Amino acid sequence: MDSYLRLAGITKLFGDFKALDDVNIDVAEATVHAILGENGAGKTTLMNIIYGLYQPEQGDIFLKGCKVAIPTPRDAIHMGIGMIHQHFMLVDTLTVTENVILGLEGLGANIKLKEHEEKIAALSQDFGFQVDPKAEIWKLPMGMRQRVEILKVLYRDASLLILDEPTSVLAPNEITSFLDGLDRLRASGKTVLFITHKLEEVMSAGDRITVMRHGKITAHTDVQHTNATEMARLMVGRDVVLDLERPKVDQGEVVLEVAAANATDERGLHALKDVSLTIREGEILGIAGVDGNGQAELAEVITGMRALDSGRILVRGEDISHKTVAQRRHQHRMGYVPEDRHGTGLVLDFPVTKNCMLRDYDQAPFARHSVIQAAAVAERAEQWVEKYDVRLRSVHQQARFLSGGNQQKVIFAREVEFGPDILVVMQPCKGLDVGAIEAVQNTIIAQKKAGKAILYISTELEDILGVCDRIGVMCHGEITGVISPEEATAERVGMLMAGIKETA
Amino acid sequence: MMLKGIELFYLLRPVWAVLLALVLGSALIALGGVNPLAAYKELFGGAFFDYYGFANTLVKMSPILLAGLAVVIPLRAGLFNIGAEGQIYMGGLLAAMAALYLPEIPAAIHIPVVIIAGAIGGGLWGFIPGYLKAYHGINEVIVTILMNYVGINLVSYFAGGPMMQEGAPYPYSEEIAEYLWLPWIMGGTDAHAGILFGLGLALIAWLTIRFTTVGFALDTVGKNQTAGRYAGINVKRQILVSMFVAGAFAGLAGTFEVIGLKFRLYHLFSPGYGYDGIVVAFLAGLNPILVPLSAFFLSGLKAGAHIMQRATGLESTVIDAIQGLVIIFVAASLAFRFNQSQWKRILDRRKSMERQLAEQNAGAKSGSD
Repeated sequence: MDSYLRLAGITKLFGDFKALDDVNIDVAEATVHAILGENGAGKTTLMNIIYGLYQPEQGDIFLKGCKVAIPTPRDAIHMGIGMIHQHFMLVDTLTVTENVILGLEGLGANIKLKEHEEKIAALSQDFGFQVDPKAEIWKLPMGMRQRVEILKVLYRDASLLILDEPTSVLAPNEITSFLDGLDRLRASGKTVLFITHKLEEVMSAGDRITVMRHGKITAHTDVQHTNATEMARLMVGRDVVLDLERPKVDQGEVVLEVAAANATDERGLHALKDVSLTIREGEILGIAGVDGNGQAELAEVITGMRALDSGRILVRGEDISHKTVAQRRHQHRMGYVPEDRHGTGLVLDFPVTKNCMLRDYDQAPFARHSVIQAAAVAERAEQWVEKYDVRLRSVHQQARFLSGGNQQKVIFAREVEFGPDILVVMQPCKGLDVGAIEAVQNTIIAQKKAGKAILYISTELEDILGVCDRIGVMCHGEITGVISPEEATAERVGMLMAGIKETA
Repeated sequence: MMLKGIELFYLLRPVWAVLLALVLGSALIALGGVNPLAAYKELFGGAFFDYYGFANTLVKMSPILLAGLAVVIPLRAGLFNIGAEGQIYMGGLLAAMAALYLPEIPAAIHIPVVIIAGAIGGGLWGFIPGYLKAYHGINEVIVTILMNYVGINLVSYFAGGPMMQEGAPYPYSEEIAEYLWLPWIMGGTDAHAGILFGLGLALIAWLTIRFTTVGFALDTVGKNQTAGRYAGINVKRQILVSMFVAGAFAGLAGTFEVIGLKFRLYHLFSPGYGYDGIVVAFLAGLNPILVPLSAFFLSGLKAGAHIMQRATGLESTVIDAIQGLVIIFVAASLAFRFNQSQWKRILDRRKSMERQLAEQNAGAKSGSD
């Protein structure tokens, strides 16, 4: 097989942050090449470089053996590179044909719609897409819209197709036919580069796999020579040396119990399946797993942000399944560090002071008789900023202007200082530098020493192994196993992550 | 220091926008063959420095101020209430009904009942889109716009049908009893006490938003709904309550038009005060305490327009055009947001350049010595 696209030593910096670090990839012609990695591993950045949206600081791109520069997407299109974005770029009210020819060069004033329609119909037939060129986009299901996106690219004679997380918007049955579509593309000589963090798809549709982690390539391999377990391990981390202090704490009674919890996600899919777990005083239960396997839904049903379909949540034996977020926080002392700092954990347009009072805004000392005590708020904020070493110019500064690590410290201060009994922490170290990670981990360990029950959800296996007493692994909304850190070999966790249950 | 100055400059954006609109407006006036300075002198002199003109400004300010608050309050929670106009009409309708058809009761009870009925009428017209938004996710902009037509036409129906005074040449109701009329605040003019209610409510709205947990919850929901849910705020209730309160404020605007100014229910009694409320809200930067100020300015423009027309012969429609310019410039000015770090960088760069220049100059001097 000839090399179609070769990337040599690509490095991309965003400020001081190395989004891509000496990336080398060789994509053979007429193959499906999967780029596998967690969110933030640098996959999308890499694709944007190939499509001319970003310029690399270092490194070369070779197309069919010739060194090329791709300054803009327009150039990429001319070179036969087409991109299908994760979020579709279609005009809902136009027809398939109109969308496909939209922005086509040399169209002129007299658009021969009929001609285009016929050509698109033929193209659709060639690839078995069954797309009606006259259909309006808004009437089509997601799977069809994706085919329209692919047709758009094929109509411009692309021979290299880049698909960014193509299955994330599809229903399960649509995924199967999408994977069939990939086969037909390959059979007709197209080269496909497809980005994903879903293992099964790679195993069933890919030819070669490149695994990325923290902007670096961690492995190149053929699908035949690997398995899902190994892939999961490569994706989330190498074997870990346990170097963090993991103090033994006498575990007390059960604080939090989740019993046979079921819940649905935004797309109406069954995201939590009969999940049960318990956490005791002074215990950290880790939840590992590839992103999007029900972890977010688990955190949300516990904290009251999402309704249960069935099952129960108990705190010290009391059923709190139907209590509100505020009741769970104030009556049952539940702290929650959410995954999405910007979207959930903070109001970025608020100053740090208001973010400090965000979750206890109607409680003393922040408010008395519904009147906000601005002086008390500022005083608390100053104390916390000092105690948690938050770097900022003033507590009246907008949270937006703090770095990620400092934003996370503000959230931790708020969620810990109110005196929680239970702490739910999700992806607390995502996007943080080493120093900030250490501060976060130390805060969590200190809370454990203080006898709190802690649920620690992370896709970073290293983080979990470092601090947790027990580790539950989630896959497809189920807990596939609970093991101790000593038992947690990479192979074993990898297997659980890939959904291969252990028979105890 | 410099940075603070620039921030203040940004804070006063609406003021610059208004000035710019007036400057551009002077070109329009000049085009009409009138000296712009003379026209503006008549306009503002008539609106603010003439007894009757000033009274007329206050008459227009009463509904515009309340409509402005009716736009500001939901907007703090991220909701666009375009429906103040319809809410004004419904407030006027229910107030007129309460004033005309309730059995005889003492004035001390009847007056508050009429006012509350008006507030409820408008409140209901805000509550419905609020409910549809909170529980069914239906866009509040569309619903409020459409409900304006319903409200306006309901009033036309009642004023021209069941409630119409017999033999009236024009759709209006019977006159309401004099003991229900709002007191006047300037002798010999139409200026009525509605404006005092408006000022009081603006103060209350400001205190609530600025200093209480209610305002905090409202702002949180407006800036980040997910964070609001995370903070334990009942987002749906915030939407419902803010839309009801907004509607009630606009309903009061309609009520005071009926019991303070016209003393009957006329059809088409509001010439778009509800829409003026939108302009006023943005001109005030969504700050309730500034709404009276911006309402005062806009009412002045409207009241002064006719005085200017009489004095200079210039069509008062020019003022409509200038009003349009004010809207455009204010809306555009809001797009310029103060970016502290960006300005800091620019200032730092300038400072270091100045320093370098100073050093070079010093070097040049010592060299020539």
